Amino acid sequence: MNIKLKIWRQKNSQAKGKFEKYTLDNVSPEMAFLEMMDFLNQKLIEEGKEPVAFEHDCREGICGCCSLYINGQPHGPRERTTTCELRMRFFKDGETITIEPFRSRVFPVIKDLIVDRSAFDKILIAGGFISADTGSAPEANSIPVCKHHSDKAFDMAACIGCGACVAACKNSSAMLFVAAKVTQFTLLPQGRVEAVERVKNMIAKMDELGFGSCSNTYACEAECPKGITVAAIAKLNREFLHAKIVAE
Amino acid sequence: MATLNAKIPEGPLSEKWSKHKSGLRLVNPANKKKIDIIVIGTGLAGASASSALGEMGYNVKTFCYQDTPRRAHSVAAQGGINAAKNYKNDGDSVYRLFYDMIKGGDFRAREANVYRAAEVSNNVIDHYVALGVPFARDYGGYLDNRSFGGVQVSRTFYAKGQTGQQCLLGTYSSLLRQVNKGRVTMYPRRDLLDIVVINGKARGIIARNLVTGEIERHSAHAVVLATGGYGTIYYLSTLAVNSNGSAAWAAFKRGAFFGNPSFIQIHPTSIPVLNEFQSKLTLMSESLRNDGRVWVPKAQGDKRAPKDIPEEERDYYLERRYPAFGNLVPRDVASRAAKERCDAGYGVGASGLSVYLDFKDAIKKQGKKAIENKYGNLFEMYEKISGENPYETPMKIYPAGHYTMGGLWVDYNLMTTVPGLFAIGESNFSDHGANRLGASSLMQCTGDGYFILPYTISDYLADDIRTGAIPTNSHEFEAAEQEVKDKIARILAVKGKQTPMTFHKKLGKIMWNYAGMVRNEEGLKKALVLLEELKEEFWKDIMIAGTANELNQELEKGLRVADFIELSKLICMDALNRKESCGAHFREESQTENGEARRQDDLYAYVSAWEYKDNAEPVLHKEELKFEYVELKERSYK
Repeated sequence: MNIKLKIWRQKNSQAKGKFEKYTLDNVSPEMAFLEMMDFLNQKLIEEGKEPVAFEHDCREGICGCCSLYINGQPHGPRERTTTCELRMRFFKDGETITIEPFRSRVFPVIKDLIVDRSAFDKILIAGGFISADTGSAPEANSIPVCKHHSDKAFDMAACIGCGACVAACKNSSAMLFVAAKVTQFTLLPQGRVEAVERVKNMIAKMDELGFGSCSNTYACEAECPKGITVAAIAKLNREFLHAKIVAE
Repeated sequence: MATLNAKIPEGPLSEKWSKHKSGLRLVNPANKKKIDIIVIGTGLAGASASSALGEMGYNVKTFCYQDTPRRAHSVAAQGGINAAKNYKNDGDSVYRLFYDMIKGGDFRAREANVYRAAEVSNNVIDHYVALGVPFARDYGGYLDNRSFGGVQVSRTFYAKGQTGQQCLLGTYSSLLRQVNKGRVTMYPRRDLLDIVVINGKARGIIARNLVTGEIERHSAHAVVLATGGYGTIYYLSTLAVNSNGSAAWAAFKRGAFFGNPSFIQIHPTSIPVLNEFQSKLTLMSESLRNDGRVWVPKAQGDKRAPKDIPEEERDYYLERRYPAFGNLVPRDVASRAAKERCDAGYGVGASGLSVYLDFKDAIKKQGKKAIENKYGNLFEMYEKISGENPYETPMKIYPAGHYTMGGLWVDYNLMTTVPGLFAIGESNFSDHGANRLGASSLMQCTGDGYFILPYTISDYLADDIRTGAIPTNSHEFEAAEQEVKDKIARILAVKGKQTPMTFHKKLGKIMWNYAGMVRNEEGLKKALVLLEELKEEFWKDIMIAGTANELNQELEKGLRVADFIELSKLICMDALNRKESCGAHFREESQTENGEARRQDDLYAYVSAWEYKDNAEPVLHKEELKFEYVELKERSYK
């Protein structure tokens, strides 16, 4: 395949960025999308140019490192697929592919296609945990958990923290990310104990960091590579309201 | 010179750890505040150690190269985590888990360490459940288990095919809780480039800030490495592409002995190589062998589609060769059996370098829904990569580099031969002998971090309560920083023609061909020559784009590949020295008539521990393995 690329280049967080155009011949449809990027970088280096910086690690869709806006969509055109799971066979010969960093004011660009997503850690530091010190746990089977709830908690815990939900949202809202974590813990008896404090702290931190509000467009759900549904947001709202009433 | 003292406690096997623990010295809560600990890596081992040490009251500084601790490669572990809970009432016990690991490791691990890993396994599961890890459950609300290779009980806890992710997010949440409490400070986007040793003790690190390029000094009273394995020496492996061996290599050069470097697990079920640009191999969990049957056609070069090959013309070679364990033989056995069939011309797929993993019978018996519940995400992953639907046609799989049983040599306290430098999880050599059984890595990493290291490191730190903060302006810090800066300047100055990726690929080829699944004297000697040539070529022709004082991924890669080349040499030396076959280390010269690994216990029942020498070949030390409780037997899965 031959493809044309339009890629966002930005030297560092202070620099002004711009699109650069590249063409790439002899791309194999078997290649992973990021292998195409490797191929491009190899070519750029050999031409004495600077390679494109992009974030990636596991390359199997689970670490959440990869990001990228591809042809206007976080993680590209395929549903429930991370950028690293994309293959070139999903694109057409001769196609122009536009690659940008995740767009959000809360995720500033560090270099080229790499953004700073540390705001997610900050939200979780505020309350995304169950306070169980090492050594204090009871026997694992002493608290039975309804399979239905446990399975749902798993579905929520499948979030990889990639930030596609924020990047997809016109308000840069982190509601789906926060909702997934809150819902996971809320569904488990172990997590209920501090549910009130948790939801209040996480929401307060989310607001403080400048994430926007949810206006129910469901773009987050559509772009989530792990299929986390907006039902979580409904649950989050309910938990938050409950916490406010209990507290006041 | 450092001496090898494993410090295995006296007493009966089942009492060693509890007796040892009771005798370890403590640091009182007021003094813990005066003590700093550096932890490198945030996988299951590093994150659990950081949080446990933070909970105890130490000042913990935790480093990782990713943007957040949640990305560490433990996240990709799929199948499960073992514990000796005996929830299935199938006769499991701590002793049986211990025995399975010793046997699975082909009798090349320390009895005492392995027993302890099995002993704390139950605490690990309890703690994960308390942290909210959603392991699979049955309708009654109790935890479910499945079976894994090399064992005859069901002791594996799991969360679909994402057990590593769920466990990692559990340890990560406990780590973040300590960040919240101010006990742990996170330093993400940092590469460890050297370890600072002062008066014989590890007292800090030199790290590179991967965003600014700044070289930083960080001091502590002890340093813990939880930096994983070095399977990416093969270039293509199941590891994250940035996983590397540089921290372990830096430790080695600073005096930490390297244990059994040649023991590298080749995982039998990975998606085969599809194209020449491939950057990694994706694992398909071993748990699939619970229901999938492995086969190749009975006729050589049979190019028919799998559905057109009738039952009687299929060779279910694992079931044929190993009737007792069938498709659930250990990984090393399954990998070699696949290679044997493919080398003999029975392999399938375009390259002939793959075998089938077929779910037809399981789907017929249990229904598609049941299979989807167990392996849905793996099937989806396979389909995305290969474009084939495994519900309809068998998966094609082939072995790939995966896990390193070898690593930094540690004593029973998980301390390396450098006082104050500890190694936990995959980065140490300790618990898996010459082959790791599935689902025991998550178990060991977490056990090390939450339940073993916090006790043993305190014993060491009890001497440091009056030391005070370690200054970073000492001569040793200065010198280490200068060495790192010189190395970076040197690699940037070469300005050759080949990229780090090109060299990494060349290295991978050498290692896969001569130090992969099958090794022999001639090949290993050749590899040593080729590696020496590659090293020379590297320092003449490496091309690093960009500069030192910025985010520079090429520089990161280049530094890692330079270390990989040196580490590979040590791997080959170790493989050459060990003329027996054991576990994953298969020397062609030492096999039975049926092609199984033949151990030589009279000559090689030891851990090889290599010591670095400046400008000279590494020196081999031997830690004799004494087996008091298990009888050394030929490992049979027939």
